[in-house]
Amino acid sequence: MLSIGKKKMEFDQILFYVFSFWFVVASLAMVFLRNAAKAVLFLILAFFSAASIWILLEAEFLAITLILVYVGAVMVLFLFIIKMLDIDKSALRAKFAGYLPLGLMVAAIVVVEMVMVLGYNQFGLEAVPEPARHAADYSNITVLALQLYTDYVYAFELAAVLLLIAIIAAITLAHRNETNRKSQSVSQQVNVKARDRMRLVLINSKNSGESDD
Amino acid sequence: MTEIWQWIHELLPWFDGAFASVVIILIKAIALVIPLMLVVAYFTYAERKVIGYMQLRIGPNRVGPKGWLQPIADALKLMTKEIIFPSKANIYLFFLAPVLAIAPAIAVWAVIPFDEGLYVANLDVSLLYVLAIGSVGVYGIILAGWASNSKYPLLGALRSASLLVSYEIVIGFALVTVVMIAGSVNLNAIVMAQQGGLLNWYFIPLFPMMIIFFISALVETNRAPFDVVEGESEIVGGTHVEYSGMAFAVFFLAEYANMIFMAVLAVILFFGGWHSPFEGIAYLEYGFAWVPGIVWLLAKSSFFMFLYLWVRATFPRFRYDQIMRLSWKIFLPWTIVWIFVVALMTQLQLGPWF
Repeated sequence: MLSIGKKKMEFDQILFYVFSFWFVVASLAMVFLRNAAKAVLFLILAFFSAASIWILLEAEFLAITLILVYVGAVMVLFLFIIKMLDIDKSALRAKFAGYLPLGLMVAAIVVVEMVMVLGYNQFGLEAVPEPARHAADYSNITVLALQLYTDYVYAFELAAVLLLIAIIAAITLAHRNETNRKSQSVSQQVNVKARDRMRLVLINSKNSGESDD
Repeated sequence: MTEIWQWIHELLPWFDGAFASVVIILIKAIALVIPLMLVVAYFTYAERKVIGYMQLRIGPNRVGPKGWLQPIADALKLMTKEIIFPSKANIYLFFLAPVLAIAPAIAVWAVIPFDEGLYVANLDVSLLYVLAIGSVGVYGIILAGWASNSKYPLLGALRSASLLVSYEIVIGFALVTVVMIAGSVNLNAIVMAQQGGLLNWYFIPLFPMMIIFFISALVETNRAPFDVVEGESEIVGGTHVEYSGMAFAVFFLAEYANMIFMAVLAVILFFGGWHSPFEGIAYLEYGFAWVPGIVWLLAKSSFFMFLYLWVRATFPRFRYDQIMRLSWKIFLPWTIVWIFVVALMTQLQLGPWF
């Protein structure tokens, strides 16, 4: 449609920096904010920024799935639980100083590990060349589906069975003691007849009229 | 199209690159949103009229001829009303909530194909985009309930969150059957696969899925008989209790935009999108060839929009646990069974659909 070329690339770069900026800001805000609900919202913003960056990488399926699964379902449940919680902040902050050295040590180890794994030597342009742009008819989801259902079909099925087991295990754990569970008997509700609920009584209107006087 | 671009290019040489693409996207978005808002306005009028006649009333008939200006008067009234917020509410989230409700309701329209080649964006995964952006809409309601710092909104939000998450699963499974037949998650491709007349539309092999999709759409858009989120007789107005003026109007716009969207999506997935119902019939096909595809799409969607109103005027409200049972114990097993049925039909190469 429009003349694509150098200027299109520049626009992509602008978008990349905008999304990366919001990704970093949202992630930091998520960690440092004290209000749990706001932290969840910033996590959602971080997910959106990550999804946008993935779309710039032509990984549409992954990006949409991130929003569908994490933003659409997981984060909704997070907010759901935060609404139910009454978080006592003073108790959380009480042992802050005591845990600080341990926390700093763990943080330092994580940073060193991430630099070693994700650092410039491993992920710089020399180590990983810029991925080639695909043609206009390239379908990310088709390629992914072919890979999943041919080369990795056993791993894929195994993961599905594992998730099913996890679901069943979670439900069984939650329903172990069925002593005081309240539930409706649907068949009884559906089969109820009007005469079970209500009794029509014929009252002699003449008598009632007389008693009014 | 290319000639027009050439012409614009020669006329305005500086109109190029990133700036031009942003401006063009903006123009497309405005060309989509303004008619949408007009349809929303007159859909509210149609709702009051249709339900009025179904209940043997006349409905609004005071403002303008036959009450045609009623939506305009309502909009003006809402705009001039004071916006009140509870003193203990979380003010930022309180005003972020309506924005989060309306943004996905509008953004989701970007991938809808109104006619052959008439869309804002032809995304390769547009059906998944619809599901993903649609699922973001729940945040508006949840945040409204939480930020209001009030009992009824919180109850409404809790109901809404659990209902929407449950019914998204049902809708997702129902759409899997459509994808299995069409062989694509692109809405354009799904409509193209239904070419060739009434009998090629997917509502025939997917009839139970169409019913389930329509009922789930009622739940997703908080419509009667599943409107427990704002059930007036139980929790006053649900999540909307603390909202007034334009802040309330934005929720209202989002709800109606979502309803119209679900009607259009049902037509695209099950009723052949922009295709004429007379395709493949000897004389009628040529007789109606002059009708643009968008007219068919809108006519078919209008029927579904009418169904929303009809259902609202007919059925009493469901109880909350009944809605949950409907989702998990009835719809979900049915959709899974129908996925296997569709797989079997695909293997047998049944009918014109596969």
